[in-house]
Amino acid sequence: MSGPSTYVPKTAFSRWLDARLPIIRFANDTMLTFPTPRNLNFWYAFGAILTVFLGIQIVTGIVLAMHYVPNENLAFDSVESIMRDVNYGWLLRYMHANGASFFFLAVYVHMFRGLYYGSYKAPREVLWILGVVIYVLMMATAFLGYVLVWGQMSFWAATVITNLFSSLDQIVPHVGTAIATWLWGGFAVGDATLNRFFSLHYLLPFAIAAVVGLHIWALHVPGNNNPLGIDVKGPQDTLPFHPYYTAKDAFYVALFVVLYMAVVFYNPDLTGNPDNYIPANPVVTPPDIVPEWYLLPFYAMLRSVPQKLLGVLVLAGAIVTLFFVPWLDTSKVRSCRFRPQMKFFFWFFVVDCILLGYLGSQSVDAAWNLAGIDLPLVWVARFATAYYFGFFWVLLPLVGLFEKPKALPDSIAKSVLGNAQPMPAE
Amino acid sequence: MATTTAAEPTRRDFIYIATGAAAAVGGALAAWPFIDQMNPSSAVLALASIEVDIASIQPGQSVTFKWRGHPLFVRRRTPKEIAEANGVALSDLKDPLARNANLAEDAPATDRNRSTKPEWLVLVGVCTHLGCTPTVSTPQVPQGEYGGWLCHCHGSQYDTAGRIRKGPAPENLAVPPYSFLSATRLKVG
Amino acid sequence: MRIALPLGLAFAAMVSTAALADDTNLPPKDVSFSFEGPFGHYDRAALQRGFQVYKEVCSACHSLNRVAFHTLDESGGPEFSEAEMKAIAAGYQIDADPNEQGDIFDAKGNRLKRAGTPSDYFPGPFANENAARAANNGALPPDLSLIVKERAGGAHYVYSILTGFGQKPPADVKMQTGMYYNPYFPGRQIAMPPPLTDNQVTFNDGTKATVDQEAHDVATFLSWTSEPKMEERKHLGFDVMIFLLALSGLLYLSYRRVWKDAH
Repeated sequence: MSGPSTYVPKTAFSRWLDARLPIIRFANDTMLTFPTPRNLNFWYAFGAILTVFLGIQIVTGIVLAMHYVPNENLAFDSVESIMRDVNYGWLLRYMHANGASFFFLAVYVHMFRGLYYGSYKAPREVLWILGVVIYVLMMATAFLGYVLVWGQMSFWAATVITNLFSSLDQIVPHVGTAIATWLWGGFAVGDATLNRFFSLHYLLPFAIAAVVGLHIWALHVPGNNNPLGIDVKGPQDTLPFHPYYTAKDAFYVALFVVLYMAVVFYNPDLTGNPDNYIPANPVVTPPDIVPEWYLLPFYAMLRSVPQKLLGVLVLAGAIVTLFFVPWLDTSKVRSCRFRPQMKFFFWFFVVDCILLGYLGSQSVDAAWNLAGIDLPLVWVARFATAYYFGFFWVLLPLVGLFEKPKALPDSIAKSVLGNAQPMPAE
Repeated sequence: MATTTAAEPTRRDFIYIATGAAAAVGGALAAWPFIDQMNPSSAVLALASIEVDIASIQPGQSVTFKWRGHPLFVRRRTPKEIAEANGVALSDLKDPLARNANLAEDAPATDRNRSTKPEWLVLVGVCTHLGCTPTVSTPQVPQGEYGGWLCHCHGSQYDTAGRIRKGPAPENLAVPPYSFLSATRLKVG
Repeated sequence: MRIALPLGLAFAAMVSTAALADDTNLPPKDVSFSFEGPFGHYDRAALQRGFQVYKEVCSACHSLNRVAFHTLDESGGPEFSEAEMKAIAAGYQIDADPNEQGDIFDAKGNRLKRAGTPSDYFPGPFANENAARAANNGALPPDLSLIVKERAGGAHYVYSILTGFGQKPPADVKMQTGMYYNPYFPGRQIAMPPPLTDNQVTFNDGTKATVDQEAHDVATFLSWTSEPKMEERKHLGFDVMIFLLALSGLLYLSYRRVWKDAH
């Protein structure tokens, strides 16, 4: 789909450079003339939004690192000094903290969009897998960053998450504890842990940027999927990326940034936990430990299992499952627009994920009262977890076999432009 | 993108130009917090003035304090040192300006203009060449030919009024803003 | 919509959970503060009165160690004059550096002190945590610098605690010795004795010093100590939002124009 390069160097310098390092040709082919399906909708703007947020996180992060001190006695103080003393420090920190939330919001929309339109299916399996790798790296980076604040939630999040590894003791005695001790660099989360977490938190975003590069490369080989899920058949189905999608993406990026800035300036602690404004105290655990909102669904799954090792395996399985999605789906049709049954199960899956997030935020022993009958939330979480796994491992393979998809349109151009003569793409 | 054949900007171009200009201005303004965060913070600026006790400094002695991260020289000069400094003709000075933050910028570098009270010489201990700290000269251990200070980095020599006399430094040692709160208490900055 | 039903069910269920939740303390009182809302700002007079309440009452037990004196005259805060700020700073005794003999204690064993300067921070009432606990029946009075941000309910919570004393504990509440009943405190039993009484302070601006007024003012002051850059944030936020909305409008027009000939 990328096709042969159409770039023609116009000046003497660009001809000279093109023969040595064809970087202008590369930029031209991948960002300007790249043929893009003409029917990409709003939901396809989240790729651009995510790129922007990766940039925001890296830039604000580098700047915050100029003031942050990764020492157990000074970390919290240095964060407060950023909030109080550093010029615009409050803005930079609120941008970084809320940037993480909006980054995850965007990545979830991006992932649900990929699921809905079947963007993981051949020939885009590697593209999807690289996306899941980015998601895993994002979760690691966000967790490490949350610890750096060194408030009560930071400290106890670090303790709880690193203790997940100690469950391996139940497979091979002492191995899990040995791993946890190795992660801590001590007998518990402490100064050594904080220092290495800072180092890794600074490193991982660059790893993310590298995988994003691969992700975009893997996108540009087969080209974009589209809401119809049918292949591009010729130039009449596409538009050059610039100016069509640069203009469209720029508008949606701006809209998303408006939302983001509204939170940064008017409700910056919206997703924060008050307990994290209390400096870390290794001898007092806050009564309600909750992770940041974007990890709540996994937290709910972890808590729904009463056995330590099994809970950790469910948590890990929920993420590992995502890697298999391209091969679990048996349908020949990509887009849910033409898959009535899958569409229903998809929306139910979205609700299930939101429900799991909600359940993760509730206290362990809470219950729903439905018409006089107490329904313990832990059971609700078990059903929700079962649906999460059932969606991927049962519904995706089976529905594809039994579902009768609707008729697919002949081409993107016909579907978008009707019977009118399509204008040739510039 | 749009192939403009006419030289006249069309309305369509105007919207693109306005959008591009707005984005460029927004980007430039957004850069400011990222630049300004590297400037001294309010906590640092609050430390900008210090008070020092000079009661125990003996004649002929120079004591070094720390002010805004720099050495601050407070030297209680002997009558001999004051006389030496007064005996220098302005035309012999490499830098004819007083460099005294308490006086006008064009004040000449007479000894009188280098201190508020002739007995007390208060200087920022930063060589005006490349920022090293000069070493004080005493009758027992002289540093350079002029009895003031010698910067060991590149050999700049200062006299007993802290004025540059020899070497690569272009200016006299700076006199910071200061005032006497009492006979023995000095406020700098 | 197919999704409406499960969503509706989930919502209904959430509502009944909230009612069922095992809350041991009352939700904070719903008072209004000048700094709420997108255009909210701190009431200067309330900040100055609140500072007085902190200084004359709270500071006997609670430190405020993230607040520097120089912030008291900066914009967005109580905005005392520079002279007032310096006088406030000089009124506090700060641990001195070692003197020329290298001592930090005088002949009687007292810590050497000096007058505070603008760059100093509010000194706490106790030398360390153990001293604070020893003086307070084992309880540790928390530092107040971030109290509004570190408690769910924020300023409303602070206000509710300060005005929540004086009720008779219900029959089923067993009071521990040395504890006070306060229904707004988690667990309803608090080690802090009722700190405020009517006319405990005398406000210079003639405001009547009721418990309610004192609590409201000190909650305002502590909101500022928690979030000293709030006014700067909201002012800048207004400009940024206006700009971004305008830019979004222009980007929308550009987008429509670019796409005009595409379909």
